[in-house]
Amino acid sequence: MMNIPYDLLQEYWWAIISLLGALLVFLMFVQGGQSLIYSVAKNNEQRTIVINALGRKWEFTFTTLVTFGGAFFASFPLFYATSFGGAYWVWMAILLTFILQAVSYEFRSKPANFFGAKVYEAFLVANGLLGTILIGTAVGTFFNGAQFTLNDYHQVTWETSTRGLEAVLNFHNVALGLTVFFLARVLALLYFNNTIEHDEIAKNTRKQLIINVVPFLVFFLLFVVVLLLKDGFAYNPETLVVALEPYKYLHNFLQKPLVLVVFLLGVVLVLWGIYNDLFRKAGKGIWFSGIGTILTVFALFLLAGYNNTCFYPSIADLQSSLHIRNSSSSEFTLSVMSVVSLLVPFVAAYIWIAWRAINNKKIDKDEMKTDTHVY
Amino acid sequence: MFEAIDMSLVNWSRAQFALTAMYHWLFVPLTLGTTFMIAIMETIYVKTGKPEWKTMTKFWMTLFGINFAIGVSTGIILEFEFGTNWSNYSWFVGDIFGAPLAIEGIMAFFLESTFIAVMFFGWNKVSKKFHLLSSWLVAIGANLSALWILVANAWMQNPVGTTFNPDTARNEMTSFWDVLFSPVAINKFLHTISSGFVLSAIFVIGVSAWFLLRKRHIVMARKSIMIAAIFGFISSLLLIGTGDGSAKQVAKVQPMKLAAMEGLNDGVEGAPLVAFGVLKPYEADPDNEKLKDYLFKIEIPKFLSFLSFGDFNAFVPGINDLIHGNEERGIMSSFEKIERGKVAIEKLTAFKNAKKEGNTTEVNELRELLTSNDFQDNYFKYLGYGYVSDPNFLIPNVPLAFYSFHFMVMLGFLFLAIFVLSFWWVIKGTLEKQRWFLYLSILAIPLAYLATQLGWMVAEFGRQPWVIQDLMLTTTAVSNINTASVKITFFLFAFIFTGLLIAEIGIMFKQIKKGPKEEGGQK
Repeated sequence: MMNIPYDLLQEYWWAIISLLGALLVFLMFVQGGQSLIYSVAKNNEQRTIVINALGRKWEFTFTTLVTFGGAFFASFPLFYATSFGGAYWVWMAILLTFILQAVSYEFRSKPANFFGAKVYEAFLVANGLLGTILIGTAVGTFFNGAQFTLNDYHQVTWETSTRGLEAVLNFHNVALGLTVFFLARVLALLYFNNTIEHDEIAKNTRKQLIINVVPFLVFFLLFVVVLLLKDGFAYNPETLVVALEPYKYLHNFLQKPLVLVVFLLGVVLVLWGIYNDLFRKAGKGIWFSGIGTILTVFALFLLAGYNNTCFYPSIADLQSSLHIRNSSSSEFTLSVMSVVSLLVPFVAAYIWIAWRAINNKKIDKDEMKTDTHVY
Repeated sequence: MFEAIDMSLVNWSRAQFALTAMYHWLFVPLTLGTTFMIAIMETIYVKTGKPEWKTMTKFWMTLFGINFAIGVSTGIILEFEFGTNWSNYSWFVGDIFGAPLAIEGIMAFFLESTFIAVMFFGWNKVSKKFHLLSSWLVAIGANLSALWILVANAWMQNPVGTTFNPDTARNEMTSFWDVLFSPVAINKFLHTISSGFVLSAIFVIGVSAWFLLRKRHIVMARKSIMIAAIFGFISSLLLIGTGDGSAKQVAKVQPMKLAAMEGLNDGVEGAPLVAFGVLKPYEADPDNEKLKDYLFKIEIPKFLSFLSFGDFNAFVPGINDLIHGNEERGIMSSFEKIERGKVAIEKLTAFKNAKKEGNTTEVNELRELLTSNDFQDNYFKYLGYGYVSDPNFLIPNVPLAFYSFHFMVMLGFLFLAIFVLSFWWVIKGTLEKQRWFLYLSILAIPLAYLATQLGWMVAEFGRQPWVIQDLMLTTTAVSNINTASVKITFFLFAFIFTGLLIAEIGIMFKQIKKGPKEEGGQK
């Protein structure tokens, strides 16, 4: 087995979780696109094109979500037990929208589908709307804390009867939820520019891009500014005692300049991708903004868990807060999984090959008539 | 450590997990087997260039796609329900259980989801060989997914390769290979996927039989039956072999489950196997409502001993031996295990208190004791028993385990007969004349689904009251949430899953009725 110090393994696995989280946020362009199927597509033919453009990618988002959950369970099981077992209603609401999404693509256009195409389209919109906002809001609790306590045996007690839904009462959580929502929509519009060959859809896409960029920027700026000015949840690396620290996240950026560079580079790339599609030749923006999203979210996750910061703070009992030192799997398990994680570049390579193979030609209305598998 | 257990919460949480698992398992088996048959059909198409093989590939692929989506959506709920409904369990085993789950995501799910897009949308975009490779990779990915979750499940039935860490109050992995290659895991994986293969083969034969009865797509139906009969026959042999292996493992590591599966109250040397039997609806022992006697039974002499231990005269312990112990046979009583479990809990509590009080000397002494091999093997091994007050609580539901097991086995042999007969008649060219057999083949489709569900019932009800054999009771694994919340989500899921199932069946029927879209103008 690899001979890597335990604390380094914990940091490595937090980086993996951060990367998976970042990939998930990028891939939620599928959800963003679903929330736009009535805005970008004005008739059934256009909707079929849009839904098929998204439908060829929904499994990536779904698989990344499952892997994100599995990796969290494996590397930081105490978070898994605490958050899922505690914030029951938030996670259940998220999961419900994802069940409906998976079947909607496959069932929508099939005859005898029981509910009718409109209902499946409504499921897609619901997943696009609630899935993004709720996941963003839930991740907001990584910075603002949640209402739980843990006993000596690590059993969780949630302090509110709303079971995690109270997170929506914190405007900073909601700001992140709305940032994710509008970012997903912006990315989806850039993806449509890259993937669909249809004049009217292109015109509607451009219009929607202008409409959605503004709230995205507003909520993103609001979230970041408040984050940098707020108190954070720090732990003493020697005693593991948790205490509030003013400007903790600002300090994290300053004390981890590489994370700050990654964050700023990510933001610039996101903005460049949008600018590219709005003011230059539309089509390549998704790659800039996509990579930018991954870098930005990756940096934000690192900000939440590195530099002696609690990534899942408890506002009911500070000492119950979770950080990478007190919530991880054992050294042996993290080592085993680290060996497995070496497969990730290989996985990424074949995803890239398959993605290119399927997207080598833009989707148009003719393809919807000739292809045997249409959503 | 675990006080004031609300049984209503436990039961509703179990019901919700069972509901999700059983719905999930309605859809997954078909994907496990059809992917391989699709890949075989496509291989023949690529080799021969004959368009009818492409037609067949695309037709079965369409049915697979409808089924795949709903399997995925129920699967995600299962993964997260470990956390939402079984959070104590999640922490206790996260160090072991999480690893297979994460590996499943990285290795298997991405393989499946990446190449499924090529499989469905790549016909006119990639070369024939790349498409064929994608179909095979989907089949491998789907079955690899099953490997890792079944390794995790097998560990719950037989927790190996781990040790209890008193500092973290959880089990921690000490050998990944012991977890991955435990005989229980190997048998469970092969038995489960082969049951999926058999179901898929029955599905293909049943649907093709309907085409033959309607005199439609005769060529496709015959060829599909040929492929499915061979595939199903080989899978049945694997199913029987691994079933035997599983039974031997159950006899070794879960003797109570075996006793319940056979309704064996008292142990016996040269134990007979009940080929068919009916249990009395009332208890065999007025002091123990869980024990049942037979109303009647047909037995195969000494066969249970042979199947369990490879020896016709071996002693097979009954429920009473396992509860009260049997010194002559070296079987420890449940009373003794309960006492040892209580010692483990008591020492662990003392350790936690000493840590809290900062009593370093006591902490070190207790840590040395708790981590010693003797304490791990003789006390922590029985940790879960420490929460049991009535030993009869350790007996699973005997009728449920018994009938599930026996019906599953009977159906398995019916399917084997269907594979042999359909192959024989299809090569003789007389299959269309056996109309009764074609009707039976259609009827076998729901029976195959029933058989796979019964298989899960044997495995999961038979191991109760344990969520992790001997270490953690289902009652102590549950999340601390209010019962009303679980009731609401149970009915929500029941409503959604049932609605989606109705939709899926409707779409499937319609697609089958439409039949394949012919390639190259062939009929």
